[in-house]
Amino acid sequence: MAELVLKSQRFRAEREADWRRLEALLAKAEGGSAARLSREELLELPVLYRSALSSLSVARSISLDQGLIDYLESLCTRAYFFVYGARSTLLARMGGFFTHDWPAAVKGLWRETLVSLAITLLGVVVAAALVAGDPDWFYAFVPSELAGGRDPSASAAFLRATLYDDHDGKSVFATFLFTHNAQVALFAFALGFALCLPTAGLMIHNGLMLGAFLALFASHGLGLEAGGWLMIHGATELFAIVLAGAAGFSIGWAVVFPGETSRMSAAAAAGRRAAVVMIGVVVMLFLAGLLEGIGRQAVRADALRWTIAAASLSLWLAYFYLPRKTP
Amino acid sequence: MSLAGAQDGPRTAGRAPQDTTREFVTPEGVDLRLRIGEAGERAAAFVIDVVILVVALIVVSIVSAGVLLASQLRGVEMAAIVWLLIAFFLRSFYFMAFEMHPRAATPGKRIMGLRVIARGGGRLTADAVFARNALRELEVFLPLSFLVSQGDGINAWVILLGLIWSGIFLFFPLFNRDRLRVGDLVAGTMVVKAPRRKLPPDLADERPTVGVLSFTQAQVDAYGVKELHVLEEVLRRADKPTLRAVAERIRAKIGWQGEPVEDAEFLAAYYAALRGRLETRMLFGHRRRDKFDKA
Repeated sequence: MAELVLKSQRFRAEREADWRRLEALLAKAEGGSAARLSREELLELPVLYRSALSSLSVARSISLDQGLIDYLESLCTRAYFFVYGARSTLLARMGGFFTHDWPAAVKGLWRETLVSLAITLLGVVVAAALVAGDPDWFYAFVPSELAGGRDPSASAAFLRATLYDDHDGKSVFATFLFTHNAQVALFAFALGFALCLPTAGLMIHNGLMLGAFLALFASHGLGLEAGGWLMIHGATELFAIVLAGAAGFSIGWAVVFPGETSRMSAAAAAGRRAAVVMIGVVVMLFLAGLLEGIGRQAVRADALRWTIAAASLSLWLAYFYLPRKTP
Repeated sequence: MSLAGAQDGPRTAGRAPQDTTREFVTPEGVDLRLRIGEAGERAAAFVIDVVILVVALIVVSIVSAGVLLASQLRGVEMAAIVWLLIAFFLRSFYFMAFEMHPRAATPGKRIMGLRVIARGGGRLTADAVFARNALRELEVFLPLSFLVSQGDGINAWVILLGLIWSGIFLFFPLFNRDRLRVGDLVAGTMVVKAPRRKLPPDLADERPTVGVLSFTQAQVDAYGVKELHVLEEVLRRADKPTLRAVAERIRAKIGWQGEPVEDAEFLAAYYAALRGRLETRMLFGHRRRDKFDKA
């Protein structure tokens, strides 16, 4: 072994062991979670990280060994993100999420929620009026695969049967609807970035379908019954979709009218808040799926269906909008 | 570089395509000089992830089909529900789950040496990861849905327009200097290179014996830092023809008259001598950029 003549060589020889130790700890931590590290190792890591950072700045000023500097840069970057980065897993996120973050975020979007609701209702009213005037409009609003025979040519008895009978594969269909609705909700959220308009389109489309269905059943004198059939899970599901639309609007709005901050930071702030809402929306849709798959088959009485619908709606409203103590 | 560019300051002046380094100062005050993930790497990472997703889906399908056959088709309904849910969670949460992990990278990104960070260096929150991945609906599935939809006459034109419109979101990263996806923009994140590197041996250690070859002051003053780094790369790669060519050029440049030694040995010795000289000068406050730097 040649003697170390260069200052940079001596520098490296003195510190190399620390770097290797840090590298080993990082590999261990990144392999699983921070839980894999013992107490001592957890306390050791930030110290090693800071000494690696100081090595990096010294190396930049005294060493011309590019391999060494590249190595230290990558080591420090890894360590930085471990020391300062997020370790909030989805599970850890759940804690404060349901007690505070989610309702607060939903409450913060109340204007967008009202707009989203108004657009949906507009769709419902327009479709109901059109279908009531001329039943052929129904085909324009509802794709045949979703209608499943429930169209203006069906008899009142058939329509009534669809509300109360259970068929095989209902739970598969409920699962399909949950995944489909969640996808639509995510889509409505993402489309918000395209300056709100596509989200508005999706909301109105949703409203039109709803209105056409209700008008069809109402024309056979089954309006109240169909409402109960729909709203037992619809109170939750439609609320979730309206919220997804609201989340989308908030992003588009922030992009178009960033206000005091820059467009980039306005979009980022709106995006993160809307994301909180959306995580909850997926949960709501899952609950709605359960209500649809299980609740609707177990509960056949119209009055009870309406009671559940009203109860769930008022629960959601109270949960989101009633004032609560700030932690 | 134009004069106008120089007047605009370093930001616009440095808009060369290879300028991918971004200042990133830690709370301790050290600039980590992160490099952004380039479009090609990002695309490659995404393709790898999609392949993994598709393979996972196929495996799930085969397993559930196998279970069904084994149970003589009794659990069709259950199997369908499980399959639907797994497919949904894979599609929607594959990216999110991996990016919430401490390494903040999907398998594709890990292979390409990339990771997600919060712009500005704060904590990468679960919300941000959710937002950046939920926007994939807009960037990937929207263009895809236009791509697979069919129509003729006026519908074909509508689909074409839709494809172009949604293509804007897909190719968004190419239109900004930080290669931000729409999702990155909305979540306040960006993707940077964070490869794992091994500490390479110090080339100066490999100098066989001190003083076998000695260089004069003028000979080690022939080059600057830039050439030193090129020489370092050549030595690390240890490719014989390159070593020969480089050694010849250096011998010619410094007028080497000493004893004839192997190219690699000569270069290693010269590297150590040059680095020693340049590092000493750096300690005295002068970093000689390249051989044209006369000061």
